This record gives sequence, structure tokens and C-alpha cells, in this order.
Amino acid sequence: MADALAPSEPEVLRLDGVRKSFGVGTPREVEVLHGIDLVLRRGEFCALIGPSGSGKSTMLNLIGLLDRPTAGALFIEGRDTRDMDDAALTQLRGRSIGFVFQHHHLIGAFTAAENVMMPLLLDRNRPDAAMRRGAEALLDRVGLLPWMDSRVGNLSGGQQQRVAIARALAMSPALVLADEPTGNLDTKSADGVFDLLREMNRTSRTTFLIVTHDPRLAQRCDRVIEVVDGRIVADDAVPMPRRISTS
Amino acid sequence: MRGWLPFEWIAAIRFLRDGWMQTIFILAGVSMGVAVIVFMSALLTGIQANFLNRVLSAQAHLVLLPPDEVARPLRAAEGVIQDAVVQRPSQRIRSIDQWQTVLRQMRDMPEIAVATPVAAGGALAVRGEASRSITLTGVEPEGYFRIVKLPASIVAGQPRLTSEGIVIGTDLAVELGVGVGDKLRVTTARGRDATLTVTGLFDLGNRGVNERSTFVALRTAQSLLGLTGGVTSLQVTLHDPYAAEILARLAHGMTGIRADSWIRTNLQFFTAVNAQQTSNTVIRLSVGLSVALGIASVLVVSVVQRSREIGILRAMGARRGQILRVFLIQGGVLGLLGSLIGSAAGVGALVAWHASVRQADGSPLFPLMIQPQLFVIAAVVAALTGVLAAMAPALRAARLDPVEAIRG
Repeated sequence: MADALAPSEPEVLRLDGVRKSFGVGTPREVEVLHGIDLVLRRGEFCALIGPSGSGKSTMLNLIGLLDRPTAGALFIEGRDTRDMDDAALTQLRGRSIGFVFQHHHLIGAFTAAENVMMPLLLDRNRPDAAMRRGAEALLDRVGLLPWMDSRVGNLSGGQQQRVAIARALAMSPALVLADEPTGNLDTKSADGVFDLLREMNRTSRTTFLIVTHDPRLAQRCDRVIEVVDGRIVADDAVPMPRRISTS
Repeated sequence: MRGWLPFEWIAAIRFLRDGWMQTIFILAGVSMGVAVIVFMSALLTGIQANFLNRVLSAQAHLVLLPPDEVARPLRAAEGVIQDAVVQRPSQRIRSIDQWQTVLRQMRDMPEIAVATPVAAGGALAVRGEASRSITLTGVEPEGYFRIVKLPASIVAGQPRLTSEGIVIGTDLAVELGVGVGDKLRVTTARGRDATLTVTGLFDLGNRGVNERSTFVALRTAQSLLGLTGGVTSLQVTLHDPYAAEILARLAHGMTGIRADSWIRTNLQFFTAVNAQQTSNTVIRLSVGLSVALGIASVLVVSVVQRSREIGILRAMGARRGQILRVFLIQGGVLGLLGSLIGSAAGVGALVAWHASVRQADGSPLFPLMIQPQLFVIAAVVAALTGVLAAMAPALRAARLDPVEAIRG
């Protein structure tokens, strides 16, 4: 179950026996993830499904290096994260992982282009022309070039989510984590955003892990991982060669 | 985005611009605080300098005097006092023992600006039927006039002190009916007298001083007062008038003679100056503290409002140090901008106040003393205060758990 696809592509993510408990050392200690094993390879487009409280968000936070496992090992692009300090985790997160959140979470004080540039700016600390060109290209790909200098507060929900997708791809990360990326959008906008994610996956070979409650969207993914009560109970993989041939 | 600015500056300025209403309110608060400090400091400095100038331009900072003459009780034997009641002897005019050596010692001290000998005593000025008691002060003009700015107060004639010349106050001149070029007779208690020519009239702005003070050449006074070659005091000015008390003790230790500082002889005035400085400092600190608290509270609110954005930035790779600096810079910018606006407002208020408030004679209430360094200090202190005030909210922002922050 841990490595459901053909091992021809390099590993982007590996979870070995990852456990997560909250309230450690207190009488209210509770384990929410019970030894997760999972491998994601380059170019995969996966859905992570499960009922509320099953541990999906906790898993996403661990994979996104926003939180640390209580036990087990987590590898990003082959790098063991167990002994990394906060600064090293932050750098790895910034360079290897992109985030798309349900409520887009753009920085309201900046324009669409500046939001897309933000991960690069955080990494290099000073803006330059290349960053700007990169942001323009990404916004062009998500169909928002005319709005690049608009404040993000002036964009519609769908447009904001497209900016968030462009931002998630700014550092050309190996892995994009999307937490209910269409959860806040109407059906038409949701389809548009999903199609965009799919297209990005095909063109940039970026691995996507999408948390969703929408079974319709999950079925359109190549691989569906189901988590129930902190355990992976199903992992349906579509063979990689078929997906590659369609790209 | 400006290419030369690092992320922290870009984000700090954008956050301040984005929350423009908060920024304007806190800037107004900081500016008012700084304006009060600048206005009050400049006003008090001006008034104090004015007072100090008036007090110190008419007297020495340090006066070295011969020790008082004392009578010793009569002793019957070792440790047995026969007559316990001892009357204080009258103090005759005496010279400082070896005053030239003492003067040299004083002049060699780097803290001392001017040291000059003076021979002074009481006398009677007589002109025809009129006579007035005067204080006869014999001086070396080149040194003494650097302590007491008599030439600046001359209203007629010249501050020229020849062996037969005398400079007197305008009120004495009126009472004796003399003018420049007229002669008057000066008699001392020792029975010596001399006829001197009035070479100049001064007005020191005080009727009592103008009636009693007269100035002659040192040798003339020595001759009239029976102090051949002697002086009654050494008048000293210092580079730092406030060091007078320390220097007085030092001079007493070095020479063994009495040393009175202007601080001691003007104790009431000095106490008032000190009280004013203390209250000024307390007010400045209080205003500075309230400015700092204002900045801190606005930034605390800003951190709470932006906690989700901070979480997102952390998720995108922002380091704790970067987040910390974003908020420290905001504090510094608020302090600096507030100090610039406040300094301008403070100076504006000071100039307006200076122009509108006058004394009874139409002269300004205080000299307009605008020291450029005050603004530099205000800007630096305000910026540092802003950074320090931002420390607590900035640390809070930097320590935000991104998971919690994003969840909100």
C-alpha cells in the first residue's frame, strides 16, 4: 500500500510509520495518526479523502513540514527531516513544497503578481526582474495576466484561488499540497480550478496531493488515498504509464 | 516592489500602508508625543540658558577667598578650656597668602577657562556735598571682563581702567551728578583716598548693583584698600559651570584656601534649575513611555489581525527572523516618522509661541534655541523606542505556530 505505483519515477515523499499524538505527556494524550506508510512519486496526482476528524489535515501539516511527527520518519525528495532544525525545515518547505489552501490565504497587502513572487522573495530576500517575469508567466498560465497588478482583494474567489495555485508553483516545488482547494467555490469555478491543477501537474510534472471531500473530484485523480481514524484504509493507484502517456 | 529593498522592509511598509487608519492614528500619537518633548525641551533649554546666562555673566563660577580669621578658646592646660564662650572676630580685609602661586595652579587646570585676581572692599565715593558708599573692585580688565561682561553693559564712555580711572554704574552717576570725564574722590576706611576720573558708565540691569559697584585697576584698589601687592579673591570661570562644586573641593584640597562655588552661593537658583531639569526628564520619560506603549499596542493588534498571513508566510518559507524583523521595522518606522513629524510640529509650535508671547517690555520671553542635535537625538531615540516597543509583538509574531495561525 505504501508504494502503490511503479517505482520508475523518483520519490518525492516518503512516510515510514509516521505517528502523531497531541497532548503528549498529559492525561489527555491522544494519537490521531497510527503509523502511516506512504510514498508519492514525481508527477503523481493524488486525492486524500476521508471523513472529518480522520486525520487528513494533521497528515497534510506533517507532510507540509508545518508540524513534526511524534514517531516515524518523513522524507522529502529523499531528505530525512527528523534531525532538521526549524530553519532547515523552513528552507526545505519553502523550496520543495507549495501550498494551496481552501480559503486561498493570499496576502491582502500585495498585488496578484507580488503574491506569486512571494515564495521567491522570501527565499532570495530581494525582488528582481526575473522574479517578476516568472510571476507574469505563471499568472498567464492561470489566465490572470490582465489582473497581475490588481490587489488580491479585488479579485473573485475563483481568481484568488488561481493566484494561490500560481503562487504554490512559483518555486517549482516537487510537491504541492492542496487543502480543499475547491471547497469554497461554486461548481463551475471548482471545475476550472481543478482543471488548472491537473494541467499544472501534466505540464510541470509536479506531484499533487489534494485533500477533498468531493468524491467527484477525487475520482478524477490518478490515485485516491483514503484515511479513516488515522489509518490509510484504501489506496487506489492508476498505473503511472497510462497517465504519462496522456500528458 | 522596489528592487533594492529586502523582503522585511517591503512587507513592513505594505502592512503599514494596508492598515492605513491604524498607522495614521499611531503616527499622530507618536508625533504629538515627540512634539511635546521637542517643544518642552527647547522651551526649557531656552529659558534655563537665559537665566543661567544672566546669573553667570555677572559672576565667577568659583571664588577663592582667604580663610576666615577665627579666635581660639583660652586653654588652662592640655584639653582644659578655660573660657568656653568665644566671640567671632571681625573679618578685616586680608590678602590671599601667596596668591600668585594659587593663581598659577588654577590656570594650569584644564577645567578652568579664566582665573583672575580681584582686590575688593568698601569705600566712599564723594563728589562735592554728595557721598555714597560703594564697593570698590580692583580688577585686571583682560581677565575680569571675560568673567563679568562689563564692556557689553557700558552705556557711556569706555571700559578703560587706567591707574586714575573708574567705571561706575548709571544710578551712582545720577546720584553723584557725574558723567564720563568727571572726577570723584574715593575714600576708604583706612583713611586713604584718591581722585579718580570716570571713564565709563555701565548698566547691569540691577539698580542695587548700578548704585554700589565700581571698577578700578587692580593696583589702584590695592593702594586704596591697603593691600599692597595683595588680592582679596581669585575669580574663576569653568568650561562646565555645573562642575563648580567638584572643582571648589579640588581647589580647596590643592591650595588650602576657601573656595566658594556659584552653586553654593546661588543654592536656591541652582535647586530651581535642578528641579526644572528633573521634572523635564520625568515628563520626557513619561511621554516616551506612552509613545512606546502606543506603538506596542498597535503592533500587538496588527499581529493578531495578521496572524493568518504570518502563518501563510511561514508556510511559504518565511524564517522566524524575517517575521521578527517585519514587525521591528514597523515599530522603528512608526517611531522615526512620528519623530520627524513631531519635531516639525514642535518647532512650529515653539516659533509661534516665541512670536506671540512677549515680556512687559516687548522683548521675547525666552531666546529661541533650536538645537539641530535635539532633532537627531529625537529621531534616533524615537526609532529605537519604536523598535524596542515592537519587540514583544514581533516576538509573538515570530513564534506563531503556522498550523494554528492558518487555522485562525
